[in-house]
Parts: sequence; C-alpha cells; structure tokens
Amino acid sequence: MWKTILRRILIMIPEVIILSILVFLLAKAMPGDPFTGSINPKADPAQLHHLMKINGLYDPWYQQYWNWVVHLFHGNLGNSYQYQEPVTRLIGSRAVNTLWLALFTTVLTYCFALPMGMYAAKHEGKLPDSIIRVYTYVTFCIPFFVILVIGVWIFGYVLGWFPTTGSISSTANPGLPSIGSRFYHILLPGVLGALFGTVNVVQYLRSEVIDAKRSDYVRTARSKGVPEKDIYRHHIFRNSLLPIAAFAGYSITGLLNGSLFTETVFSYPGMGLLFINSISYRDYTVITALVLIYGILNLLGTLLSDIILSIVDPRIRIQ
Amino acid sequence: MEENLNRHSKISAADLERLSKEAQDEATPSSAKIIWSEFKADKPAMVALVIVIGFILFVMIASLFINTPKMMETDIMNYNASPGTNGFLLGADTGGRSVGQQLIVGARNSIGIAIGLTVISSTFGICWGLISGYFNGYIDWGMQRVYDFMMMLPMTMMIIVLVTIIKNYNAVTLTLIFSIFYWEGTSRLIRSRTLSESEKDYVAAAKTSGTSNFKIIFKEIMPNISSLIIVDTTLSFAENIGVETGLSYLGFGLPIQTPSLGTLIANANDPNNITQYWWTWLPAALLIIVLCLSISYIGQVVRRSADASQRHGIDA
Repeated sequence: MWKTILRRILIMIPEVIILSILVFLLAKAMPGDPFTGSINPKADPAQLHHLMKINGLYDPWYQQYWNWVVHLFHGNLGNSYQYQEPVTRLIGSRAVNTLWLALFTTVLTYCFALPMGMYAAKHEGKLPDSIIRVYTYVTFCIPFFVILVIGVWIFGYVLGWFPTTGSISSTANPGLPSIGSRFYHILLPGVLGALFGTVNVVQYLRSEVIDAKRSDYVRTARSKGVPEKDIYRHHIFRNSLLPIAAFAGYSITGLLNGSLFTETVFSYPGMGLLFINSISYRDYTVITALVLIYGILNLLGTLLSDIILSIVDPRIRIQ
Repeated sequence: MEENLNRHSKISAADLERLSKEAQDEATPSSAKIIWSEFKADKPAMVALVIVIGFILFVMIASLFINTPKMMETDIMNYNASPGTNGFLLGADTGGRSVGQQLIVGARNSIGIAIGLTVISSTFGICWGLISGYFNGYIDWGMQRVYDFMMMLPMTMMIIVLVTIIKNYNAVTLTLIFSIFYWEGTSRLIRSRTLSESEKDYVAAAKTSGTSNFKIIFKEIMPNISSLIIVDTTLSFAENIGVETGLSYLGFGLPIQTPSLGTLIANANDPNNITQYWWTWLPAALLIIVLCLSISYIGQVVRRSADASQRHGIDA
C-alpha cells in the first residue's frame, strides 16, 4: 500500500513542475500589461518602461520563471497588481470562502445521495428505483450554471428567501450572528449544488449495494435470522461506504471547477470570482497562483480518492 | 458465381433463395435497425428525437433569413420592449435587440459548436483510447501519464486563459480550444473496453496471421465496440452544449457580437434584467434545459439498444 502511495506522489512531482511552467508561460503570453490601465493615461511611456523593468517583466522567461519559483518556495507569490496586496493574503482570504462552500456542498451531497442510493438498491427494479434513476439522470444532464441562474432568480429575487450576493451581510455583528450570516449565504448555492450533484454517489452506491445484497456474508446473516433492517444498516451499508467515501476526493475537484460558475452567479467572493476578475485586469500574479492552486488541489483530490480506493480494494495496489 | 454453385452442389436456385432469406431473418439485425426499432417502441423517445432534429433543422434554416449584424445593432427606441410589442415576439433586450432572433442565431451557434466539439473530441478520444488500450505497455504507460496530466488541469480556467491569449478567435478556434480539454472521458472509456477486447481470441488470431496493428485496431476492434462509441458520442453531445454556453455565460466563449445561448443567459447577470425583464434570459435557459434533456434521453435509448437485455424493441 505504501508503495502505491509513494509511487503516486513521485509521479505527481514532474506533473506539478510541468503545470507550473505551462501556467507561467500562458500567463506571460496574455496580451496587455498590468500597468497601462491602472496609471494615468498621460503618463510618460518611459515611466511605464521603468515600472516594467523594476518588476522584472523584460527579463527572459526562464529568468522570470526561476525568480517566481524561488519566491514561491519562500511563500511569496508576489503582489496583486490590481489589489496592491500580497497574493498569498488575498487568495488566503478568498480560499476560506470557497472551501467552506465546497465542504458544505460535499457534506450535503452525501446527505442526499446516501439514502437515495440505499433506497434505490433496496427496491431494485421497482418504482422507487426508476424514480431515483430518472431524478439523477435529469439533474445530471442539465448544465449546472443554468440551474444556478434559475435558482437565484426564483429563490433569491422572486421569493426573496436567500441573499443573492456576497458571503456575509455587512450589518452582521461579530460572533454568532456573523457565522449565521455566512451560513445563510452559502445555503442556497450549497443546496442547489448538492441536489444536482448526486448522480455519481447514488449510482455507485446503488451498484455496490446490489452486489453486496447477493454476497455470501449477507446470505449468512440472513440465515442466522438477522433482521432485514440490521442487515442493511450494519452489514451492507458499512461495506459499501468506504468506496463511496473515496468519491469525496473526486467530488471536491468537480466542485472547484464548478466554483467559477457558482461564485459568478452568486457574486460570492471566493477564488473562482477572484479568477474571473483577475483575468479582466490581467493580474498575472493572481492568475498563475490560482491556476496552480486549483491544479494542485485537483491532484490532491484524486490522490486522496486513489489512496482510499487502494485501501479498500487490494486489486488496484501495485505489487 | 451462381452457376459455379449449381454445378458443385445439389441446391437449386429456389432453395438457395429460400435459405438465404431464412438466414437473413435469423441474423442479428444491424445496429441502425435495432436503434430505430427501439425508438419506435418508446414513444417519448420518438418525441425527443423529433424535437431535437426538428429544432436543429429549424434554427439552421431560420438563421439563414436573419441578418446577424443588423440584428445586433442597438435600437434605443425598443429598450427592453416586452414580448408581443413592436413586432418583437419574445421582446427585446437592453440594447433593443430582438430576443427571438438572437435565440435562433444563438441556438444555431451553440449547437454548431457542440456538434463540432463532439466530432473532434470524440474522434481524438476514441483514437487515443484504442491505441492506448491496444498497445498496453510503455506506450500505454506514457499515454496514461499524459491523460493524468490533462485530468489535473483545471479545465475551465485553462480555457479562459487560452481564450484571452488568442486575439481574434472565432467559432472554429473556440471549438478547437474546447477540444483540447474534452477528450479525456471518451478516451478512458474506450481504453478500458479496448483493454479487455484485446485479450479476446479474434485479436490473437489476427495477430498470428500477420494482420497489421493499424488494421486490427480500426477494422477489427473498433467495429466491435461501435455500440459503446455511438452511446458515448450521443451522451457527450448533450454535455458539450453545456460547455460552450457555460463559457459564453462567463464572458469567455463566443465574442459579444456573436449571439449564443450562453450570452443570452448572461443577461441575467444584470439585477434589473433578472428581476424585471425575464424575457431577456429565461427563454434561452429553458431552451438549453429542453435540448439537453431531449438529447440525453435519446442517448439513454441508444444505450438501451446497445444492451440486448434492456431492449424494448426487437429481441435479438
């Protein structure tokens, strides 16, 4: 098992290096520069050149890349040109919002999906099973951003039940009210994300449980006279749960990709919205940092899932 | 041929005809036939099929009669005209542009890009999966590492960065950019099927008789997994409609002057539009939902026809 994990991590290292070079070059290739827009249009071009020069923007790319990597290992991702603030601090404050939302959505997804998957498998081939199958399939094939827009329209604007922008109300007092306000702001995007993100967990759990239903240990338990309810709760569910837990890693990567849409629709100040804003301001330092962070988080999510799966299923371990 | 046959065998021409007719009746029907009978047996699927094909034909033809640059001109007089007024069947947006016309042209653009993206990314993904699964060894290992790397990339972000780098992009370049990132799912599916298919006897037989690898992959393995390919392509078409519209919604898909269903939904980003002028964005949102549901439903029917035990139509 340790061999599998070690090997996975060793493969990760070149991947991260290639990603960082790619990201850096792409950000450099973006047209425009971070200064022209932000200073007085009548400013002396020479001054602009000076600014570019002291920021090292005229150096050859490998020199710039090397400086960037050295700074990266010192925990310094540079300054955001747009916000005039260290990128680490800027992203740090936004990352908290994104991660809270992702965590909340994941937990809620499991809360919806586990009972549904169990129920569908228990009544395999009957009406509840087909209803749940239709539900997962309908929610799966509608593009998520359309749901978000319609959701914010109905529940945010028409009914007025939920806030439509921001991550916290400006009038909330510190302490409990502010936590409550934060929760209130992630409630609608979280619930929508969970309702429309159940398909993987439901389908996988359903097939796991259907497999387990026919296995010998369940037959043994049945013949011993264990009540049907306990068979499902203690025997089948426990055995099917671990592979399902492995999906958490993948689902986090999916949520990160979705965060661009969720945060745009809800004007929720997380990393996704920061990225969209930084693109229009050509804020290289923030863009490179964000793409790198998302890439590494994707990698860690997959790694986490693979590790859990290799614990559960010895067949995929490397000898 | 027939003469030859008659000379060597005692079967008469009439018998031959009868026998070959019997054999034809007993043979497994072609997959096109199976799919068609599946649609005939499932009425809602037929409705979905008619909706999708009819709608695609409608927007393709109707958009020929619409002058796009003229349509995109701002007309202050009709600022947010409500549906049914001034000859605007579906109203006008903040720039006084007809929503109905934009819907038609936008749907054509979005569907066109989705078709292009499906064709390019599926072809690439299928070839990638077939080659990776068939050669199984160092080639497979290398291709898998590339696959892992592509999976790690934050797709939406990378597309946005690429779109901002390329200065004058149009529908074609946009489709190509999307295709770079959307072949992985197909390739993984095809690879795993090819892996198990390569171990079968007919592949071993072809190898021993000296058939070239290229021929084995594309003439022998590919036809055998064709049902999987058809199913996957239909389902990814539904998914791909969401790709372009999603990015256009964020403002990084088709340029502003080229309407798309996504840019129409982006009207909802304006709090005034979303609360008071629902007609500027809601029709596009509903249209995407109906399209995606219908296409995926067709995909489900096709998937069912690929699996003999689930069919409603012919029992083969």
